[in-house]
Amino acid sequence: MNSVEGVAIASRGGAPSIFLSNITKAYGETVALSDVSLDLRTSEVHALLGENGAGKTTLMKILYGLTQPDSGQIKADGVALQINSPRDARAAGIGMVTQHFSLVKNMTVVENIALAIARTFSLDLDSVRDAVVAASTRYGLEVPPDAIIGSLPIGLQQRVEILKALMSGCSYLILDEPTAVLGPQDIDSLLEVITQLRSEAKIGVVLISHKMAEIEKIADRVSVLRRGKVVSSSLANGITSKELITLMVGEQESGVVLRSESQSHGRDPILVLDSVVVKMEIGGLNNVSLDVRPGEIVGIAGVSGNGQTELVNILSGTLSIDSGTIAVEGATLTQNTPQLLMRAGVGMLGEDRHASAVHALQVMENLVLDCVDNFATKVQLNRKKMLEHCESAINQFEIKATAKQVFGTLSGGNMQKVLLARLFSRKPKVAIISQPTRGLDVMATSYVRSLISKARLDGTAVLLVSEDLDEVLELADRVAVMYRGSVIGVVDGANASREKIGELMAGIVR
Amino acid sequence: MKVRFTLRSSMPWWRGPMLMGAAALVTFLISAIVIRWAGGSPFAAARYMFISPLQSKFGLTEAVLSATPLVFTGAAVAIAFRAGYWNIGAEGQLLAGTIGATLVGINAESLPRFVGVPLILLSGMLFGAFWALSPALLRTRLGIDEVVTTLLLNPVALLLITGLLNGPWRNTETGFPDSDVIADSTKLWIIWPDTRVHFGLAVGVVIIGLCWWFVGKMSGGLKLRAVGLAPGAARIAGLPVERTLLATALVSGAIAGLGGASEVAGVAHQLTTGISNSFGYTGVIVATLAALSFIGTLFVALLFGVITVGSFSASRALQIPSTIGELVQAILLLTIVSALVIKKYQVVWTRSKSQVRD
Ligand SMILES: Nc1ncnc2c1ncn2[C@@H]1O[C@H](COP(=O)(O)OP(=O)(O)OP(=O)(O)O)[C@@H](O)[C@H]1O
Ligand SMILES: [Mg+2]
Repeated sequence: MNSVEGVAIASRGGAPSIFLSNITKAYGETVALSDVSLDLRTSEVHALLGENGAGKTTLMKILYGLTQPDSGQIKADGVALQINSPRDARAAGIGMVTQHFSLVKNMTVVENIALAIARTFSLDLDSVRDAVVAASTRYGLEVPPDAIIGSLPIGLQQRVEILKALMSGCSYLILDEPTAVLGPQDIDSLLEVITQLRSEAKIGVVLISHKMAEIEKIADRVSVLRRGKVVSSSLANGITSKELITLMVGEQESGVVLRSESQSHGRDPILVLDSVVVKMEIGGLNNVSLDVRPGEIVGIAGVSGNGQTELVNILSGTLSIDSGTIAVEGATLTQNTPQLLMRAGVGMLGEDRHASAVHALQVMENLVLDCVDNFATKVQLNRKKMLEHCESAINQFEIKATAKQVFGTLSGGNMQKVLLARLFSRKPKVAIISQPTRGLDVMATSYVRSLISKARLDGTAVLLVSEDLDEVLELADRVAVMYRGSVIGVVDGANASREKIGELMAGIVR
Repeated sequence: MKVRFTLRSSMPWWRGPMLMGAAALVTFLISAIVIRWAGGSPFAAARYMFISPLQSKFGLTEAVLSATPLVFTGAAVAIAFRAGYWNIGAEGQLLAGTIGATLVGINAESLPRFVGVPLILLSGMLFGAFWALSPALLRTRLGIDEVVTTLLLNPVALLLITGLLNGPWRNTETGFPDSDVIADSTKLWIIWPDTRVHFGLAVGVVIIGLCWWFVGKMSGGLKLRAVGLAPGAARIAGLPVERTLLATALVSGAIAGLGGASEVAGVAHQLTTGISNSFGYTGVIVATLAALSFIGTLFVALLFGVITVGSFSASRALQIPSTIGELVQAILLLTIVSALVIKKYQVVWTRSKSQVRD
């Protein structure tokens, strides 16, 4: 399926050289992996698929030494490996880019790489810098060597992570949902890099992803995990996404979202932004005016970094505005603090689910965090009521977790469902939803989208920010395109063409 | 050989108690070496230190008495730490509390006792909270790290006391730099007849209960824990992070100040520069040993009381330095903290790279 090179090669990878055999790992009651075997080859892109919570991350964490299996073995070239730490893994030629980057934000690119690769006591930054430049040309991974990490967009930070792994000499590279955090352009260039690493540097890449399109595009081999078991592992050649989805979820009906007529005609807008300005060194908002009516989904499209994050932040109250007004139901807010917005009926699903929840607290505690007082009689917490609420949310939103489970141990998709449950169970008048399906599996994605459409039918005004243009087009009644911190145009969702939106995203107004 | 820690996902119920037992054993073994060195018998020392205080009424009550201020400072530190507010200033806040208490105590002649006692305790609380106010404001308004500011205010409080005792509050009878004895109407009741155990202990136990109830059972407590565990997420959920931190800091200071008032009104009955035997600093140790649990704080404080009293009798009987008590407390801190780490993390010993796991 090497459409990139236009030639289909039956098996391009070398002979299998890393074997994971009979890996089992349980976390208390949950069996994350049961008797999983998998082999990896160099010069091959091996896609790892599976629903949220299927155990993909866990398996790769074991290979990279971030956790230990309960039983099972890892062998490389016939020799049993004892991988107790990422350091052992790197010594065995295995590198990994985890979903949460491990970069020091206020150090430069070169310093960060030096931290990972320097083995001597004295530090020769100049030679590291030369090595970085050389490696980045060699692998086609352009990075600005002297930039501070925190100032780089996420796509470039990811490149630094990849470069770091490559420079410590790995011949296997594990990428855990690398495309989940990227916009469309960055995804394309990442996929190019991956193909190049495979073909030219002969690196075996393990790619975890929920996006069928990219798997079809670049995977040589596909393994599917379902509830901790490998249900299929074969060459990617000739497998359709439909078959893969069936393998992932079993024989289930996927919930189809039917688009219905907009309910919002002639109703007064409930959320109105008027010439909002946020001054920042880079980015910021520049005279943004926007309104959302009840029962309407307004989608925000745009190349990432054109003010979407700032827009979400002012509506969650974490970024204050310099001028302009925000009004909810006709009442202008004196200040956009989280509390005032929340009281006005604005609910929020942030783009970073890890930052939106307290990992060390239980699911049920996180679920009521933004309305704790509703679960207290006088001031005393009513745990029974919390538990009931949580259990009904777990049922209604099909969350695979127990009420008392610690939030941090949920899989990504289930974390997202808990946060959505938190948002919708307050019945907000306005819901600000940012990147709702990032990192979610196919089923969960369609489920989440159907939830958003349902909220719209219930009369909620939804502002949807997503880097996935298909998602915006599927859900939005109107699409507002952002460019350089302002809304450059608003098009009707039903007859929006990708071309028109694409032009607007590039800043072309006609 | 290499050591590595990985997070434990589950734990049988007995592991906690077992590890604590192991920590106690290791503490004993290490202390034994030192005590031997100092020329004493470790077993005799252990008996004097841990058993004999519990065998006589005098030992027991003295232990409870020296535990009392630690109950307050331990609770003060624990509640602040739970909210992620690193208050290292319980010492200064306790000292401020003693100033507040003395101010009321030496000026409150001819009041009924049920007015005088609440008044002196309240004043201690207010002064403690006041002492905690400026670091808390600096932290919540300007983001200035509270560890340094709360710590640096501790010697300031002591200097203030020294100044007061050498100036306006110098003892009118003896001329020594001690304050006058406080009015009878503000002295705390003795709650254990014929001993020095006073009403302050009861107040401390009530404070522990209130803290436990608040943090575990109340909605405000859930907010406090969320703020402590993940301030960013708490902010996104609309919780008033800064206000929670400020309130917790003031409550923490008030509890420490109450501890100071309890010392002045309960035992010392006057202000001296030596009123606090590092109670605030020991409070940090107590709370840490209790893993920030309030009920645990109560028990660790009592244990420390026993050790304090026991180390004096051990030193008298065996002719070893009485600092042995502090030594044991310090070793206990190290072993218990290690045990807490092992409780949370799995320790993996590895020999070399290519070895087969079996
Ligand atoms: N530290 C932990 N403690 C308890 N359970 C855990 C822990 N880590 C993972 N799990 C559980 O193990 C299962 C597999 O999780 P894993 O993160 O591997 O899923 P995943 O396939 O990567 O899912 P996603 O696509 O959502 O990232 C889940 O049910 C998860 O809740
Ligand atoms: Mg994962």
